[in-house]
Amino acid sequence: MTILPISSETTAAGARIARSQLWLWIGLVLLALCALPLVLPSYQLSIATEILIFSLLAMSIDVLAGFGGRTSLGHGAIFGISAYVAIYWSASLDGNIWIGLLLGVLAATALAAVFALLAIRTSGVYFLLLTLALGMIVWGVCLRWTGVTGGENGLRGIGRPALIAGHASFYYAVLAVVAPVTWVMWRFVHSPFGLTLRGIRESESRMRSLGYNVPLHLFIAFVASGFFAGIAGGLYVLFNNFVSPSTVQLSQSVGGLLMAITGGIGTLLGSFVGAAAIIILENAVSAFTARWPTVLGLTFILIMVFAPEGIVGRARILLARRNPSKHSRLSK
Amino acid sequence: MDRRQFLKTSGLAVAAGTTGILAAPNIARAEGASIRIGLMAPQTGVVAAGGREIIDGFTLFWESVGNQAGGRKVEILVEDDASNPDTALQKARRLVEQAKADFLFGNLLANTGLAVANYVKGNGTPYFIPVIAADDLTQRSRIKNVIRAGGYSASQFSRPLADWALKQGYRKVAMIAQDYTFGHEQCGGFAQTFTEGGGAVLGQFWHPLNTSDFSPYLGQVASLKPDVVFAMETGADSARLIQQYASFGLKGQIPLLGAQNATDQSVIRTLGAECEGIVTSAHFAEGADLPATQAFVKAYSDKFSKIPSLYAFSHYVGAMWVAKAINAINGKVDDRELFLDTVLKTDLSDSPLGKPVRFDDYGNPIYDVVIRKTVKNKDGKYWNVPVDTYPQVSQFWKYDPVAYMKQPSYSRDFQGIKKA
Repeated sequence: MTILPISSETTAAGARIARSQLWLWIGLVLLALCALPLVLPSYQLSIATEILIFSLLAMSIDVLAGFGGRTSLGHGAIFGISAYVAIYWSASLDGNIWIGLLLGVLAATALAAVFALLAIRTSGVYFLLLTLALGMIVWGVCLRWTGVTGGENGLRGIGRPALIAGHASFYYAVLAVVAPVTWVMWRFVHSPFGLTLRGIRESESRMRSLGYNVPLHLFIAFVASGFFAGIAGGLYVLFNNFVSPSTVQLSQSVGGLLMAITGGIGTLLGSFVGAAAIIILENAVSAFTARWPTVLGLTFILIMVFAPEGIVGRARILLARRNPSKHSRLSK
Repeated sequence: MDRRQFLKTSGLAVAAGTTGILAAPNIARAEGASIRIGLMAPQTGVVAAGGREIIDGFTLFWESVGNQAGGRKVEILVEDDASNPDTALQKARRLVEQAKADFLFGNLLANTGLAVANYVKGNGTPYFIPVIAADDLTQRSRIKNVIRAGGYSASQFSRPLADWALKQGYRKVAMIAQDYTFGHEQCGGFAQTFTEGGGAVLGQFWHPLNTSDFSPYLGQVASLKPDVVFAMETGADSARLIQQYASFGLKGQIPLLGAQNATDQSVIRTLGAECEGIVTSAHFAEGADLPATQAFVKAYSDKFSKIPSLYAFSHYVGAMWVAKAINAINGKVDDRELFLDTVLKTDLSDSPLGKPVRFDDYGNPIYDVVIRKTVKNKDGKYWNVPVDTYPQVSQFWKYDPVAYMKQPSYSRDFQGIKKA
């Protein structure tokens, strides 16, 4: 399985030209997101909240897959561990929910560090399989360690704190976390460190011969990515108030990866489009037919055939084609 | 620069997405027009076959009363929980918040039911669970608006079976069960009653769900030389265990007892003589010689050309129970307090159970539990017929509820086994 990342863009000149308009667009999108609770009924708002949370998970996968060239199938486990720890702390040990969330993110980061130590020296399909196996171990532990994880039945949370109990207030809380974290991720992948990562993606041997510590870079990228997935897991606890082995299982990892791929691997923000597309499609189609998994599967196949770069990646290419003078920098 | 273009496109996509959501069918609520019931059943995933029967049993009842109750029309909104608790939660949210369901029904797997129960705990929507058997939902962590109409708690029926086994003179049991909470709870009920009555548990063998080869367990079971074997199995595991129990020559040598699911129609429908003679306990025996039971079995078999399973039966009875309560309050389900109290106070006398049933103080029914045996009927199909009855069995058996709930929930580590 090879996922071709979209050639990334920022050149200094381009950034300068775009800056003013960029801020305008960011402002507009944020404004639109802030206005959503005013126009959406509560159920649709909870879907929007879910989209934001899963965008975060998809972006955390994209940090590794799109910029480090390492496609992980273990992020569902990292995401889920954060959820498990937060619920266990707040519901089973009667601890403070905020501390529980913090511990959850820490646990996810620590788990990512363990995964990273074991997996970073591999690449391609071996990396995929290793992260898959590690994720399965976590799933197995969650399923069998009944005394702590509740086994198959999972753990039930204590509900959201009163401050963010309502649909709208919770949506704003999630937005207030997701927006800055997205910015941090954006900075992360466009920093010199992120450039090095992209270098590693293109040619590991060349980066090594240039004197870069490739394993260390990948380790840091993996841990950072796990940290972001952990934040998503924490938000998910607040959203769902319930965790069970299905939260850490393979399909969760695959789901996150599919969102990243649908949006466009290596576009980072494409994850928002991917998560929105998949979650909305899931909801819309399942309202009409019990065969909705089939429809989703066919859609993924069509996307892979006609737009392997993802929705955002494809849109970029189409725009570049239509307006070649303006986007000449893109054509490599 | 394409970053700007990218933002443009994502902006457009977000806008498009939003319009999409807005355009989604937003069902306007016609006050007083119809009662909206949200039925969640797994139509995809590992237990999809059981989910189909949930829908069949549930709709069969509502069709039989002309889809109305308490003078109002009844509308059933079916959602697929995909055998997955996260999906179940999402569907519950949609049914309550978007489709404005008056109350929820259904789910099959314990984890899906527990997830939805935790959700309705927060908003008070009545939720009826004819199949979800997790003990604590009507015990230690009871939720007032979650009621087991037509259902039972996991350890409720295995206790009378243990008592019956003691009466047959069995003193040594070996247990073989699926390694998850439902299995732990059913075995716990059996083990506790059996050992408190003077029996001994020689060994408990927990195997993972979807075990294809039972020979390692059956070998150990045989070497323990028990008087009787108790098996707690569901679905395909049960079919495989029963087949292998026969093919390893244990059938006929050591009597096999089972939890209700072991010889449910969903399992023995596909089996032959190997399932004959297995003794299980339940609130319902499809082969009972009661007019109400046989009328239901006939109606269901005529329509779906199979004998009803536990899933279909429980949802039929659950629907009947709730419908009776709705009739009693003239359809005023919007008054949730009144509705829930009325359901809890409603006694059901004319159901396919053939015997009157009522709720205990915790929202779990008290049943006449039948000890039933699998035999061949006149059509050559296998079904369960009653051999003994334990009247008025509650989920607390003969214990005092408050004292009982002080002991831990059943798990692998706690089976309530009394030390000899």
